[in-house]
Amino acid sequence: MNAVKRPVQALAAKSWFRWPRQPMLRHGLFALLAGVGFYFLTNWLSAFNDYEVGQIAFYAIALAGVTLLTGITGQISLGNGGFMAVGAFTLALLYTHTTWNLVPELAVVIVVSALAGAVIGFPATRLRGPYLAGMTLTVAVGLPYLTNQYESIFGGDQGLPTPPPTGPSNVNPEQWLAWIQLLCALIVLVLLGNLLRSRFGRSFRAVRDDEIAASLAGINVSRTKVIAFMVSAACAGLAGGLLALSAGVTNSAEFPLALSIYLLAGVVLGGTGSLMGVWWGAIVVVYLPSEWAMDLASDFHANSLVSANLAIIIFGLVLVVMMLVAPSGIQGGIRWVVRRLAAYFSSDPVTNMSLPLQELNGPGIGKPTENGGGPVAAAEKQGV
Amino acid sequence: MQFFLNITLGGIANGMIVAAVALGLVLIFRATNIVNFAQGAMAMITTYVAYAILHQGVDYWVALICALAVGLLFGSVVQFVLIRPIQNKSPLNAIILTFGFLIFLEGVAGAIWGSTTRTYPAPFSEFGQKLGTTQIAFSPFDVYILVSVLALMGIMLVLFRATNLGLRMRAVAFAPEAARLLGVRVQPLLTLGWALAAAAGVLAALLVVPTSSLTPNFMDVILIYGFTAAVVGGLDSPVGALVGGLITGLSLAWVGGYLGGSLEPMAALALVIVSLMIRPEGLFARPAARRV
Repeated sequence: MNAVKRPVQALAAKSWFRWPRQPMLRHGLFALLAGVGFYFLTNWLSAFNDYEVGQIAFYAIALAGVTLLTGITGQISLGNGGFMAVGAFTLALLYTHTTWNLVPELAVVIVVSALAGAVIGFPATRLRGPYLAGMTLTVAVGLPYLTNQYESIFGGDQGLPTPPPTGPSNVNPEQWLAWIQLLCALIVLVLLGNLLRSRFGRSFRAVRDDEIAASLAGINVSRTKVIAFMVSAACAGLAGGLLALSAGVTNSAEFPLALSIYLLAGVVLGGTGSLMGVWWGAIVVVYLPSEWAMDLASDFHANSLVSANLAIIIFGLVLVVMMLVAPSGIQGGIRWVVRRLAAYFSSDPVTNMSLPLQELNGPGIGKPTENGGGPVAAAEKQGV
Repeated sequence: MQFFLNITLGGIANGMIVAAVALGLVLIFRATNIVNFAQGAMAMITTYVAYAILHQGVDYWVALICALAVGLLFGSVVQFVLIRPIQNKSPLNAIILTFGFLIFLEGVAGAIWGSTTRTYPAPFSEFGQKLGTTQIAFSPFDVYILVSVLALMGIMLVLFRATNLGLRMRAVAFAPEAARLLGVRVQPLLTLGWALAAAAGVLAALLVVPTSSLTPNFMDVILIYGFTAAVVGGLDSPVGALVGGLITGLSLAWVGGYLGGSLEPMAALALVIVSLMIRPEGLFARPAARRV
């Protein structure tokens, strides 16, 4: 592990600037810079663009949840759209029945979704691969039906109102909402970044790479999986609550199976093991259905049926093609470029070796098979 | 009592359909360790093709045979083009790929045919029989469902137990490396397995569609039920698929009849969870140790 330098450090070693070594400080500083950047961005953009930036923010949270569970802990989840529904309906019920303000509401949303994650996570600890995928798929398909069953509670097709919060009078509402959503996203990503650098993060990866080896090393595999499920569901729930605020009403039509597929596609596109990749994924998830697909359809003079379905066609194709061709995603590609640059400017023979993409990213979704991998991957596994 | 009897009979008919879906999943899983989440969507596309054929003015039975043939072809093409390249990679890749293919096919169906509901005819009356003076909710169409799924199971049983081809397919599923060393050509048999599984899915879809309606996502829920049945019976046991299908069909019919139809998908989830807690490998699975 030490032999291959992190790209940022490899670049920074050559310059006057050095990121702090403490993860908390480094992530906090990064988030602060990003926050300032977003502040000016939202001021500069129009109200509608602010609304979209807010959407990117909550999708980034949801994608981070899927990344943690699927990319880092290796537990496939097709059901995080269902957890988003849990979060959104929790917020809607709180809004309908209480007079609390947003902060305690979101706190309750996070707790309730984490509990829902635990309910699904406990049986899931005994499951592997396809069983887990099928069970979480059932969650995504089945949960929205519940809201139809109990119309008096969940408002049926109409849904429940979840109006966006009103801010100070000199800030327009879209911008205020976008700020709230961005703040949540930055906090969540800093916390997750720290979590992944902690003992928990190492346990997550150990469970993904080899459960038996992990349990031999003293990691409680079941507990680790349940924790990953809870954190992931909490992220999804918070994202669902923030989605509800953007939408203004919460009903089951906002949480179709396609949402879970958007999440999976966003994570696969961004790069399965990477937290920074969630931003790329979120941008695609927000803009592809609403704008790019529409533009593409009108460029080709397609009829309304095609333009309405083009987004899910593209997302489906993306998942299929990425799995066949490039399982490490956009962020994986960027990392590869950064590494090659770092290697080019460095005389360190180890970083200068030409390494295939997958080995640099570590064993993620595109994890090399048992006998594949090559010398560096093998050395990493042995902790050299 | 009569209500109970009626929903039970409905549950048996639905259970047979679910068993056919489960059989398709099991055929693929035991040969390749992949759960084909796209199976429902593949059957849905084939059903649209059958609908188009039917509207050329041909008979129901001609359309049925065409649809099964299209299903066989579709299954083999998918295995050949999409599954072969990822067969030896991490199982996560296969899950994401079939899931992506599922939504891709739904998008394509939506783009071509839209989300308007279409009705697909049944070959027999869907109305219940009069038995003496009481109305029994078991229609000739339900009998047809029962017979055709049992026929499918019977054909599969004969194929796997009594023919040389079936023996080789079982060998490939059981120990691919050893089978290869003994001179069995593995890949064509895997393709054949996918083709048969797709045909089973198509049969299920054609049995469901007269009582539901033809939309791009009408197979979503059926696939979930099929998966439930396959898990209950054991993902690598064809007999388990039949029994699991009946258990699933009956439980869902009772939940739907007494508690409300919208609870059925959640009941399926509960059934999966309970079944996995009590007997994680399923009722009929061969005992298997996970390889370290």
